[in-house]
Amino acid sequence: METLTRSELLFDVDTIREEFPILKRMVKGKPLVYLDNAATTQKPLAVIEGLTRYYSEYNANIHRGIHSLAEEATAAFEASRDAVKEFIGAAHREEIIFTRGATEAINLVAYTWARKQVGAGDEILVSGMEHHSNIVPWQIIAEENGAKVIPIPVLEDGTLDMEAFQRLLTEKTKLVAIVHASNSLGTINPVKYIAAQAHATGAKVLVDGSQSAVHLPIDVQDIDCDFFVFSGHKVYGPTGSGALYGKKALLEAMPVFHGGGEMIKEVSFEKTTYNDLPYKYEAGTPNIADTVALKFALDFVKEIGKEKIHQYEQGLLAYATDALEQVKGLRIIGKAPAKTSVISFVVEGVHPQDLGILLDNKGIAVRTGHHCTQPLMDRFGIPGTTRASFALYTTYAEIDALVAGLERSIKTLL
Amino acid sequence: MTARPRIEELEEEIVENFSLFDSWDEKYEYIIDLGKKLPPLEDEHKKDENKVRGCQSTVWLVAAYKDGLVEFKADSDAVIVKGLISMLIQVLSGHTPEEIIQAKLGFIDRIGMTTHLAQTRSNGLAAMVKQMKNFALAFKLQNESAKH
Ligand SMILES: Cc1ncc(COP(=O)(O)O)c(C=O)c1O
Repeated sequence: METLTRSELLFDVDTIREEFPILKRMVKGKPLVYLDNAATTQKPLAVIEGLTRYYSEYNANIHRGIHSLAEEATAAFEASRDAVKEFIGAAHREEIIFTRGATEAINLVAYTWARKQVGAGDEILVSGMEHHSNIVPWQIIAEENGAKVIPIPVLEDGTLDMEAFQRLLTEKTKLVAIVHASNSLGTINPVKYIAAQAHATGAKVLVDGSQSAVHLPIDVQDIDCDFFVFSGHKVYGPTGSGALYGKKALLEAMPVFHGGGEMIKEVSFEKTTYNDLPYKYEAGTPNIADTVALKFALDFVKEIGKEKIHQYEQGLLAYATDALEQVKGLRIIGKAPAKTSVISFVVEGVHPQDLGILLDNKGIAVRTGHHCTQPLMDRFGIPGTTRASFALYTTYAEIDALVAGLERSIKTLL
Repeated sequence: MTARPRIEELEEEIVENFSLFDSWDEKYEYIIDLGKKLPPLEDEHKKDENKVRGCQSTVWLVAAYKDGLVEFKADSDAVIVKGLISMLIQVLSGHTPEEIIQAKLGFIDRIGMTTHLAQTRSNGLAAMVKQMKNFALAFKLQNESAKH
């Protein structure tokens, strides 16, 4: 008998929702409407049960044990590396370094590569829509080394000022660190083009894929970025999992980060030698369980199909954009032609925090505030926004609930 | 001297008001109404040094000490927080520093607004209470050093 894989079936959101137990929850006596997916996504049964299975059946420390459990745990951990490699289109499995998430991955690059390669008078180009995670690590190194962190301005529609980018990209630029998709605006940046331009002047490129990994097909070889980072918890995986991708030659040449077990070849008081990639950057016992379960999340996404997910989410985005624009006094911040399913908005005369509280009271979870992108909020002259972000389990009915909830909340507040 | 209502009595009044509401919607509508009615703080007071650190909304708080009693005035750019502040002022204003320092403010819990005190809410209410008590403490210390 031939069975259909999930991707051959039509995209059925009701079936998908069945895989996410938390979506059945009630909040304040109302069914949960979870629209804070850009902060973190909910987890499917495959991940939840996978974690339990790991701890119930094959928990062991990895890479060193000779016993069966250690072998099984190591195999599962390394299988996750293969899954990540495939998920982002890397050429080699050693190019995948497991981290706690995007933040740790960026810091790894900052404290190893940048600390050595970005010197006095050098410049790191970021964008004006970066998450603080892709600003502060560079500032720390820049301050230490006498370098500068320079933002590429953001235009009124939430796209990057590409003319300014061309202007700012000079011989001094050692690194362009850019967000693939903005967590606050949804804007998808032309990272492939940016990488090509940056490489032409000799700069390296780091792409922050925190928001893109879950929504877009990723091919790091096609983008041709030198580094790519993402967090597992934003791709339906566990918190504390994530990865740094780096081109092999670069990772090989870079100095080590944390010292400890696992990252060494041989240790003596005379001379310590370091392990090969990827272990060179994975000191100490890693977050085995969550990294193992990351694969279950990526498999889940793969089985449904990124293209299909993207198509569905773009439908939600268009529908929600239309509906929200009908709300009196509401202004969407970020109207780039290419967006992930994220909508930030402000409402005339209404503080986002008040909206957030009243929506929560209706069981609707949105994010309010600056979304860790304060420079971007300053750019738009606002203290923060209300942000609704959709995932593959978001329904059109939930968007209707959001719009109705907003209408009523605004009426109460004004 | 006319008898001043005790802090607990003022808290009790608020709790009684809230007991009339059946739903959270009504509670919030009431708080929002309080927020709208709280007289705005004069612009000269809306400066950085009067800001109470809160993550999302801005709260300004000033205190005056007269005839042994502390008077608070405050404002916020968010109306729900302003409503919550209005209740705090209603309860704490017009009391001695000692009374303010001792206040348990159990009414916040009893009207179901404890979540707004939680750190996670980052809306400055917890910081607000702390700041009010800090003012009271400062006035108390001022008093004591004046006596010596
Ligand atoms: C664009 C972007 N970069 C970086 C991060 C940091 O991710 P994490 O906190 O998982 O390390 C986030 C998460 O909010 C993000 O949205």
